[in-house]
Amino acid sequence: MVSIQDLHKKFSKNQVLSGLNLEIGEGGIFAVLGPNGSGKTTLIKCLLGMVIPNKGQISVLGRNVKNSSAYRHKIDYLPQIANFPSNLKVKELIRMIKDLRGNTTLDQGLIDLFKLKPFLDKKLGNLSGGTKQKVNLVLTFMFDSPLIILDEPTTGLDPISLIRLKDLIQKEKAKGKTILITSHIMSFVEEVSDEIVFLLEGKIYFKGSITELKSKTNQPDFEHAIASILTENHA
Amino acid sequence: MLKILKYSFYDLMRSRWSYVYFAFYLLLGVVLLFLNNDLSKAVITLMNVIIVLVPLIGTIFGVMYYYNSKEFTELLLAQPLKRSSIFLGQYLGVAISLSMSLILGLGIPFIFYGLFKSTAIWDFSLLLITGTFLTFIFTALAFNIALSNENKIKGFGYAILLWLFLAIIYDGIFLMSLIMFEDYPLDKLSLIGTMLNPIDLSRTLILLKLDISALLGYTGAIFKQFFGTNFGLIVSICMLTVWVVLPVFRIIFKAKKKDF
Amino acid sequence: MKIKMLSFIALFLVSLLHAQTVEVCEGCMYKTLNEGIQAAKDFDTIFVKKGTYKEYNILVDKPLTIIGENYPVIDGEMKGEIITIVSDSVTVDGLFIINVGTSYTEDYAAIRVKRSKYFVIQNLVLEKLFFGIYLEKAQHGKVFHNKIIGDAVEEYNSGNGIQLWYSKDIEIEHNYVEHVRDGIYLEFSDHCLIKNNVSANNLRYGLHFMFSNDDIYQDNTFENNGAGVAVMFSKKIKMYNNIFTENWGTASYGLLLKEINDAEIQGNTFIKNTIGINIEGSNRINYLNNNFINNGWAIKVRGACYTNHFTGNNFLYNSFDISYNSNINDNVFDKNYWSNYTGYDLNKNGIGDIPYRPVKLFSYIVNRTPETIILLRSLFIDIIDFSEKVSPVFTPDNLLDYNPKMKRIEW
Repeated sequence: MVSIQDLHKKFSKNQVLSGLNLEIGEGGIFAVLGPNGSGKTTLIKCLLGMVIPNKGQISVLGRNVKNSSAYRHKIDYLPQIANFPSNLKVKELIRMIKDLRGNTTLDQGLIDLFKLKPFLDKKLGNLSGGTKQKVNLVLTFMFDSPLIILDEPTTGLDPISLIRLKDLIQKEKAKGKTILITSHIMSFVEEVSDEIVFLLEGKIYFKGSITELKSKTNQPDFEHAIASILTENHA
Repeated sequence: MLKILKYSFYDLMRSRWSYVYFAFYLLLGVVLLFLNNDLSKAVITLMNVIIVLVPLIGTIFGVMYYYNSKEFTELLLAQPLKRSSIFLGQYLGVAISLSMSLILGLGIPFIFYGLFKSTAIWDFSLLLITGTFLTFIFTALAFNIALSNENKIKGFGYAILLWLFLAIIYDGIFLMSLIMFEDYPLDKLSLIGTMLNPIDLSRTLILLKLDISALLGYTGAIFKQFFGTNFGLIVSICMLTVWVVLPVFRIIFKAKKKDF
Repeated sequence: MKIKMLSFIALFLVSLLHAQTVEVCEGCMYKTLNEGIQAAKDFDTIFVKKGTYKEYNILVDKPLTIIGENYPVIDGEMKGEIITIVSDSVTVDGLFIINVGTSYTEDYAAIRVKRSKYFVIQNLVLEKLFFGIYLEKAQHGKVFHNKIIGDAVEEYNSGNGIQLWYSKDIEIEHNYVEHVRDGIYLEFSDHCLIKNNVSANNLRYGLHFMFSNDDIYQDNTFENNGAGVAVMFSKKIKMYNNIFTENWGTASYGLLLKEINDAEIQGNTFIKNTIGINIEGSNRINYLNNNFINNGWAIKVRGACYTNHFTGNNFLYNSFDISYNSNINDNVFDKNYWSNYTGYDLNKNGIGDIPYRPVKLFSYIVNRTPETIILLRSLFIDIIDFSEKVSPVFTPDNLLDYNPKMKRIEW
């Protein structure tokens, strides 16, 4: 599904990714983890072509992403902070994204799922953070693409919506899709992900299932396993 | 690109600032025409306003729009869209909506005043064309500044500095150098100096209409050819076009390399 | 002058009683104008029928009336002067005179009046000429409704349309002159009236005064000449209600005043000239109720001009209103309307509450470095003009219109 070779990225003097190699197969939920500044977002943005790597190759579904935009038809992306044009109404935003990406009918179900109906005629500038995030989720999931990238999907969500989101992710997984998630909520990651990719200093430090991680670090639970990686490396 | 243009344009057309800009020009037109009742004087005053204010508003608005729509831009970037279409679309959206405010804001009072029956219609159309060119040029320059500066405050600073330089400081340096080298033939130099600044260029275009009598008082053969024939008009318009095209190319070039 | 004219007309009428008519045409007894003149007696009338007459050096030496019917052509074949009048009381009417000889030693004219009085030259059409109508020491004559169309290219080998030399009391009315060196030229000629003429597209001046005094020119139009009117070394010239327009170029003026005193300039309109009026060494001139519209410089003052009064004029949309090349001023500007005035009138008396300063620093800069004209209307220039306005250094600090009108002056 995704294949990354020898990826380098430097922001002025700050080396963020240094020779990252990653293969992600088809199907399953992958959590990209790592401490702050480890390059998670940069990695995702490289995948989406928003950040242009200094060196290295990325291919998505067998196609090189460099200087191409068409491959993004196969990706649904949920950005970290949803700050939409405040003059637009929710309805108009959804219509606009459909206009830009192609038509879909999945949005109705999603709007019902997240109970967004009453907000459709409101301007985005007047919505709360959580509602915005729901709109963001609708926009992401309404296209039935084989690769889904979720950057901090749980931000601002109430418990009910969180449960719905989890269900949704599982449903998508059941369709055989590949889902990439970054999150700071360890319980969420532990609950949903099949495999984790741990980034450290611009490289993949660990890639495997949570059980493998636990046994590797000799820690009884996931959270402590992560913490031990961090303390080991910072010591 | 057209889709982005459409959404940027609609977005701007609904924003308060477009109305403010439109209302400002409407008010200016009404005040100049109906309180003053002197069309020629109104056109001259408008010229002064257009040459100074349009670039200022173009730069400030361009920079502001870019920074304000940053998240939206990122949303778009994740969509299957070409970068060049995203940025050109946004640029054109801003430039066109600003131009519309200008043209409608000034045009409506002038039409009510009976412009079509007046001989000033050519002077007036030239003013609007120049204003539109300036809007396109300075919005493009603003996008360039914003694309090159992540820091909002820095971006605004550079934008204002750019305006200050091209509107005032450039002419000061220009004047000083002309006076300093007054013993040498200067007509070529002064024309080149004009070409290198879009504000001066538009000013020249308007001088051709309003002050041709004075311009023809100068002896230089090149001056005479430039101002005495249509040559000056054609060259100025070509240069203005170049002034639009170059920054736009840089927008595309910069946008391709930039990380978001 | 009127009495003289009346007596002249009376004399003419009396003589007419005895006068005979002589006809000139191809099939007539007299086949050329010259033969006709020789055959005619004093105060006869010669009718020249339609046709082409190849003649030059026609000498009119007796009082005759020569009338062309349907514009007969007198073709000089470029050989020399065509008609020379040396007698008083001659009238020439309705001829089409072409091909005057060109010479570097003699001023050949289409028609010359020499030391004569009481002549009338009217309804002539002159083409392909060197000099057109040349009045030499002539008096009490009338040049009326002639059309003079030259083809002058260079100043040195072309002549003037209507030239007066040591002539007095001449009326020049309703003539149209174009494409010659000077449209109308007066040298040492006093008490002349020049009225309702159009002088256009001439190489040098539309109308030119040299050492001529007490003349009046009014209601004329001067368009697209090297300079509209040049008045030099002359006194007491009255200039009323003329239009000066589109005199464009490096040394182009609507009106050029050089070493002239005590003139009246009233009711004239200067539109779209590079310089409306250029003044050098001219004193005691009253400028009243003139319009200066869309000129490069409405008025350019170059040195030694004293006690001139500019009152009640309209200065509209000129690139520069007044330009001085020094910072000394002895002239008065009062109650003019300046379209560039930005003051206010709080007491509503029609007069601006703050004085207007018509000379800008930028006009001084342009005088020094002409190329800087390209910065006209720049914001930077506005700023330095403003600072000069607040504290004048380079421009005359007493040059102010203390009573600038708020509205365009009508009269």
